[in-house]
Amino acid sequence: MPIQRDCTLVAKRQVGPNTWQFTLEAGEMLARTRKGPGQFLHIACGHSRLLRRPISVCACGEAEGAAFLSIVFEVRGEGTAWLAHREVGDTLDVLGLLGNGFAVTPGGRYLLAGGGIGVPPLYGCAQFAQGKATAVLGFREAGRAILLEPFAKACEDVFLYTDDGSLGKQGYVADGVRAVLDKDKNFTAILACGPKPMLRGVAEAAGEYGVPCQVSLEERMACGVGACLGCAVPMADGSMKHVCKDGPVFDAQEVDWNA
Amino acid sequence: MPEVDLSVTLAGVRLKNPIVPVSGTFGFGEEYGQFFDLEALGGLCVKGLTLHPRNGNPPPRIAETPMGMLNSVGLQNPGVDAFIARELPRLQALDTAVIANISGNTPAEYGQMCEKLSQAGVDMIEVNVSCPNVKAGGLAYGTRPELCAEVTREAKAHAGRTPVMVKLSPNVTDIVTIAKSAADAGADALSLINTLRGMRIDPETRRPILRMNTGGLSGPAVLPVALRMVWEVHSAVDLPILGMGGVATARDAVEMLLAGATAVGMGSAIFADPMAPVKAVEGLENWCESHGIAAVRELTGGVKPWEN
Repeated sequence: MPIQRDCTLVAKRQVGPNTWQFTLEAGEMLARTRKGPGQFLHIACGHSRLLRRPISVCACGEAEGAAFLSIVFEVRGEGTAWLAHREVGDTLDVLGLLGNGFAVTPGGRYLLAGGGIGVPPLYGCAQFAQGKATAVLGFREAGRAILLEPFAKACEDVFLYTDDGSLGKQGYVADGVRAVLDKDKNFTAILACGPKPMLRGVAEAAGEYGVPCQVSLEERMACGVGACLGCAVPMADGSMKHVCKDGPVFDAQEVDWNA
Repeated sequence: MPEVDLSVTLAGVRLKNPIVPVSGTFGFGEEYGQFFDLEALGGLCVKGLTLHPRNGNPPPRIAETPMGMLNSVGLQNPGVDAFIARELPRLQALDTAVIANISGNTPAEYGQMCEKLSQAGVDMIEVNVSCPNVKAGGLAYGTRPELCAEVTREAKAHAGRTPVMVKLSPNVTDIVTIAKSAADAGADALSLINTLRGMRIDPETRRPILRMNTGGLSGPAVLPVALRMVWEVHSAVDLPILGMGGVATARDAVEMLLAGATAVGMGSAIFADPMAPVKAVEGLENWCESHGIAAVRELTGGVKPWEN
């Protein structure tokens, strides 16, 4: 059950061009609404904008006796630009934790597939897997790579791909997923987050190798709680589901990738 | 000072206060019921219903606009029968008025739905003749007076003793003409305004943001249009009005009442702040108290227009 809370910004760090990591004091929100890695926050971005901005949780937990949430976001428009100008000590009006995260079980062996700003939500999955996850991370170019150190520490293996080959191998995340599965397809599931074409590619690869795959989807969103039916995604069975309430994580097989 | 009487009567239905979340912004109440007690509301308009289930429009369905938003949800709903079976019992157990919003492809469909909902015991039926996001029916019934009258008559003929409120579109040359056609055809109340048709374009891709190209504009940006239309209709038609469009605060609600509304709808403001309706009820009470208003219904139509 989501709650609304004024969360204090306790740490702020630039992690890439136009990309920021915020640590928010979470109070009772974590204990009351946490389901698993991959949930999101719906953050009010100033009084002159009607709609909140949905931002995935990167990590959460307890530090020095206080519950915290960390988010990583890219400045994409006016709302996120406003957000990037908040300073430590400011409070943010937050609805959270929203949605259902990745379905993960202790002891599971997970292949994480992240592209660009879709990488941060997978960090919670890496932490959950306690050092046993394998990650394939893709970025447009070396200068846009984020969270490399945290992933290196939290995962057994990390394979990097860039569109231009300026970091890791040249290619796409789906190429990396195929390369991993070629050698070893004994994974409990692939957990993927990133742009839709990337997710489609990863879902195809997962299908080819017969490995279960969960994808975290994005859609333009209004209420964030399932009331307005704005953030619809077409499912393979012809029905509509909603990123905020049914997702953001879906089984790759239930998504209509041709919609 | 005695307590302020917040209750109002809309087409014979007593609301404990004038604040009502509007159709399409509040689902069937379940989601926002997680944030506050739904019994704090005067009533609630449920998500627009159709005779058969509808999947709605393809995404994207949402685009932000300056102090507002566009939507093209397209009446996604489980159908009137599923609503009556699965959602209504939970809502009827609450001490708040349940207003069912309906859209039909034909006048006969409006009649069929009214019969079902009246028998199921909803407190009021809101006849949507103004949805901009569906191809058949919808907006056409709200822009042509003779069609609006036909739908209203059909609804009234099948609604039994359940009051019928007709929801008007702002996408017309003269809203008073349509309002009169609904009134003459027997409507018990009017609700206005539905969303204004609008559009946004991504300059990089040259594609409209909405997959349906256009959608309905709501949010604080439309409040002045809504106030003007409520004022015009209240001045010309002797029916109670559920005034809606851009109301976000108690002060906005006071303006809406003064313009001529008997009750006040709130919609997109809830997306920004789930507690907005509760805050509006409290704020309305405080405003009345500080202005020596004993009963909120005294405000209806209380605007003092300049003589020109």
